[in-house]
Amino acid sequence: MSPAPLIVFDKVWKTYGQGEAEVRALAGIDLAIGQGEFVAIMGPSGSGKSTAMNIVGCLDTPTSGRYGFMGVDAGRLDRNRRAELRNLYIGFVFQGYNLLPRTTAVENVELPLIYRGVPAQDRRALAMKALAEVGLEDREHHTPAELSGGQQQRVAIARAIVTRPTLLVADEPTGNLDTARSHEIMQLLTRLNEEYGLTIVMVTHESDIAAYAGRTIAFRDGHVASDTKKLEAA
Amino acid sequence: MIWETVRLALRSVRRNALRSFLTLLGIVIGVAAVIAMLTIGSGTTQKVKADISQLGSNLLIVRSGRPAAPGSGPQQTIRPLGEKEVAALAAHLEGARAVSPASQKQVRVVFGTESLTSSITGTDNAYLDARDWKVTSGRSFSESEVRGGINACLIGETVRRQFFGAGDPDGASIRIGRMSCKVVGLLEPKGYSGFGQDQDNVVLMPLSAFQRRIAGNRDIETIYVAADDATPTQVVQTRIEDIMRDVRRVTADREDDFSVRDMTQIADAMASATATMTGMLGAVAGVSLLVGGIGIMNIMLVSVTERTREIGIRLAIGAHEKHILIQFLVEATVLSLLGGLIGIAIGLALAGAASLALSIPFVPSLAVVLLAVGFSALIGMVFGFFPALRGARLDPIEALRHE
Repeated sequence: MSPAPLIVFDKVWKTYGQGEAEVRALAGIDLAIGQGEFVAIMGPSGSGKSTAMNIVGCLDTPTSGRYGFMGVDAGRLDRNRRAELRNLYIGFVFQGYNLLPRTTAVENVELPLIYRGVPAQDRRALAMKALAEVGLEDREHHTPAELSGGQQQRVAIARAIVTRPTLLVADEPTGNLDTARSHEIMQLLTRLNEEYGLTIVMVTHESDIAAYAGRTIAFRDGHVASDTKKLEAA
Repeated sequence: MIWETVRLALRSVRRNALRSFLTLLGIVIGVAAVIAMLTIGSGTTQKVKADISQLGSNLLIVRSGRPAAPGSGPQQTIRPLGEKEVAALAAHLEGARAVSPASQKQVRVVFGTESLTSSITGTDNAYLDARDWKVTSGRSFSESEVRGGINACLIGETVRRQFFGAGDPDGASIRIGRMSCKVVGLLEPKGYSGFGQDQDNVVLMPLSAFQRRIAGNRDIETIYVAADDATPTQVVQTRIEDIMRDVRRVTADREDDFSVRDMTQIADAMASATATMTGMLGAVAGVSLLVGGIGIMNIMLVSVTERTREIGIRLAIGAHEKHILIQFLVEATVLSLLGGLIGIAIGLALAGAASLALSIPFVPSLAVVLLAVGFSALIGMVFGFFPALRGARLDPIEALRHE
């Protein structure tokens, strides 16, 4: 009935260490996230949500089980293939922005395009367009140090969407921002989700931030504790 | 893509300007030393060759002793050359323009309050002919001066300048050791030889006067023979050897106790000695390049560690291992290439200054410069590889967590 889900966790285990010191970060997770969903992932630290996010973002691979991304068994790809996958289909937004220091906003946004081999003049145009989408077209030559936290996070979002990704992975995107700035960022993410059908998977601690998402998944001790969908407004 | 990477590398070098400069210093010094050594070396070689060809490639030099290579161990007791060899060569040698005996000694020369240690040569007028040396003012020796061993002198330009300044030396009396000697002529200036020897710091006097008053014996050190233009030097050399064996009674079963060499042989020997020296100095300078390379490796490791987070970001947004590897390799290469270019500039400047000071020709070699460029780039790549690989192998998750 519904199209094949974008993200599929099939009995995904992730363990660190060996023997006595073995830590189970994920203990047989089953999960499916469809194209165009906006999912918030919550849970206390140590619940496995970060590990799950790393697998979703193709930064990490399961110890056992299958992680399917866009129908590909992404858990079995080597690191360079996963890098390609990230470059082509996934955008990242981090709590600490993670912009390159002493590098202008527009150059930061261009970065993923460089690894895609986009020619320089096309890169500049695409980066300017992405900056305009986050409302920072007049800050293109500012370096991160010259921008506020909210603006830095917008640059990071522009960098994440400049490649027109299928999936946006956001790791506590409002963690370093005050309430007003947090809500601005969330409105921006919501707009991207609604206008472009961008699938968003976001980790957050705050329930009012999670409330922007259409679906909230809570992790506890490496298991999915709850998975609730917001009721659609009629 | 590669141009992007080079720009990125240049920016990173500029950002840590002081650190980059200090890192470069090793390469700069190494390359400068190699370039200076090789350039001065080839200048010297060229000068030596030029000097010797100026002496005339048809000049042959006869000395006593076995014709062994210089520095091949102690020679047996040498039977010196004497009047009879000169007389025999003068009488029987065909195809020679000039045959001239010469003995030489470093002696202190005094005039008025000035003094100078000069090379005193006892010889005759044929010496001027053999060595193609002109008398610019005054006259050469007269027949009677040569025959009678009269104390008459021809002086070189350096001696004239030291003693007479702008004045006329003609007829003046200079002291050589314990004898006094009347200046009769001035020799044409010849400048410095390839080994930095002042060829104008000379005094010539009749051989018999030299033997009696300076040397105290009747030995002759060297006999110069200039082959005439019609006869190949090789032929004259063979004829000299025949006459010498005859005069000195060297039978066919014995080794020659004299040597005859032409200037090309001497030029080659000297040039090869210079080249060996240059090569050795260059190799020593090369060691400092190696040290410079290790400096680059060190600073690149620091750079990779410092920029772990940046590497994490790049990996997360889709950089391949090879992208990171190339980025840091290019940075190391740019760094050492920059050092190489500065080193080449400094090396050439040093060589230029040295050439002026030693009055040798300045012969910068494109090949040497290109080699230095290539070598410094290679050093960057070799010593940058390990740090770059370390960066490329980082785990993006760990790298992103790095503070």
